[in-house]
Amino acid sequence: MNEILKLLEEDCRYTPSELAAMTGMSEEEVRDIIKKCEEDHIITGYTTLVDWDRTDVETVTAFIEVKITPQRDDGFDRIAKRIYQYDEVESLYLMSGAFDFAVIVTGNSLKDVSHFVSSKLAPIDGVVSTATHFIMKRYKDKHRQFLVEPEQEERILFV
Amino acid sequence: MINYDSLLSDNVKSLKPSGIRKYFDLLETMNDGSAISLGIGEPDFVTPWHIREAGIYSLEQGYTKYTSNAGMTKLREEISKYLYRRFSLKYDPAGEIFVTVGGSEAIDLCIRSIVNPGDEVIIPVPSFVCYGPITTMTCGVPVYVETKAENEFRLTAEELRSAITPKTKALVLPFPNNPTGAVMEREDLLAISEVLRGTDIMIISDEIYSELSYGIHHVSPANIPELYDRTLVVNGFSKAYAMTGWRMGYVCGPKPILTQMLKIHQYAIMSAPTTSQYAAIEAMKNGDVDIENMKKSYDQRRKLMLKRLRDMGLTCFEPKGAFYMFPSIASTGLDSEEFCTRFLTEEKVAVIPGTAFGDGGEGFVRICYAASVENIEEAMKRMESFISRL
Repeated sequence: MNEILKLLEEDCRYTPSELAAMTGMSEEEVRDIIKKCEEDHIITGYTTLVDWDRTDVETVTAFIEVKITPQRDDGFDRIAKRIYQYDEVESLYLMSGAFDFAVIVTGNSLKDVSHFVSSKLAPIDGVVSTATHFIMKRYKDKHRQFLVEPEQEERILFV
Repeated sequence: MINYDSLLSDNVKSLKPSGIRKYFDLLETMNDGSAISLGIGEPDFVTPWHIREAGIYSLEQGYTKYTSNAGMTKLREEISKYLYRRFSLKYDPAGEIFVTVGGSEAIDLCIRSIVNPGDEVIIPVPSFVCYGPITTMTCGVPVYVETKAENEFRLTAEELRSAITPKTKALVLPFPNNPTGAVMEREDLLAISEVLRGTDIMIISDEIYSELSYGIHHVSPANIPELYDRTLVVNGFSKAYAMTGWRMGYVCGPKPILTQMLKIHQYAIMSAPTTSQYAAIEAMKNGDVDIENMKKSYDQRRKLMLKRLRDMGLTCFEPKGAFYMFPSIASTGLDSEEFCTRFLTEEKVAVIPGTAFGDGGEGFVRICYAASVENIEEAMKRMESFISRL
């Protein structure tokens, strides 16, 4: 199972036929593993990495440090849920260290994101403070580099 | 007007130019991005960053001078530890190991340091192309032995025995093999050992693909106690660590031979590149995990391509080493050259004819699977369509 997961994490376009050939399993086994992983929420989705900076679409991403007061019984989870259900929130992590939540928010403009923080995120009960850092450039995400290096020149050699 | 032809060395002129240049020329004309080359035999990975970074750091420190002829002491010590850790081979960093400019230089040095004019060097083929020409340039005589598909392209005791003459000086063992992917396992080497018993024939063991052995552990002839004293081990960093451009190799063997061999290296090369040596130290110290990760990835693609080739009806033995498939294309009715030329012209996929690797390669093509899964799949699709049209 882990080998299939690693391959899919590398490229979710691999077909069951390819995965089967690469791992020495049958296609049916591969399909079963994927199905089971989806049912068990081990596989939570399939997505594409897009470098929006190369398009004419304006996007802004912010990394927001959030400090909160944990709630009795629910701890962090209830507040987390109140935050991550906003569509603007791309990722949410509970952190150790100087703050509690790392929230990654995307919007069309600085104004959008600022508005989200001031009118949606900061007023949530239990949120003590926020510190918003705007992301200026994305170099690498999910093991993929976003800068494209020129290829080495064509070579004629026999090895 | 100087007649250059008359002044060139007869030995040089006798060397055949590589027959595959025309494929590259053809490939160059197809610059619309749809051509796929599975022709060059090298890792598709970039050298792991921590290794590159060690090279950069050495430059920042200003380590830009020559090293000792034999290579840095630290690097030889790390090679010694590595060979013991991964292959149970024992070589003394002082005198039994030295650092060369790629495995290629090491092969050249091995042949040049032991071959006298007229001496015969037994070379199993199909194999990498350098052994014969280097022997010729040393005024030795290459004796080619064809390995067979039915023996999984291993060198058998009988094949070796029938090639030995009183003039035999050395046997090249190029395993894991480029282009066939064949390996020699312990029992194969024990059989070779039986044949060589009582002779003074040296083994030049080109083990550049030793880390790329799938489902089996690489065995060096130097692991066979009876062969240890007669074996020169050639290895390097190119294939295992994706470091082809760094030109880092090494040779290990009996001190009396290496002492003499070092003289050629000293006069011809001086010392291997210093930056590369620093990178190589990092590779040996902290690169085991990189080897495993890359090998895993090659193995997945190996299985994928093997399945695709077999599914389209080609006979292909399962390669246990290196990163090549060597399917038989005899069933298509084309010879290797024709197959490759037409496949490239009609389907824009470059593969190498088996004949480029010596006699015995006719009827086969070499396909490198160190390529993206996407390219492998596309190339296999085009091959299936090409074959179905024949």
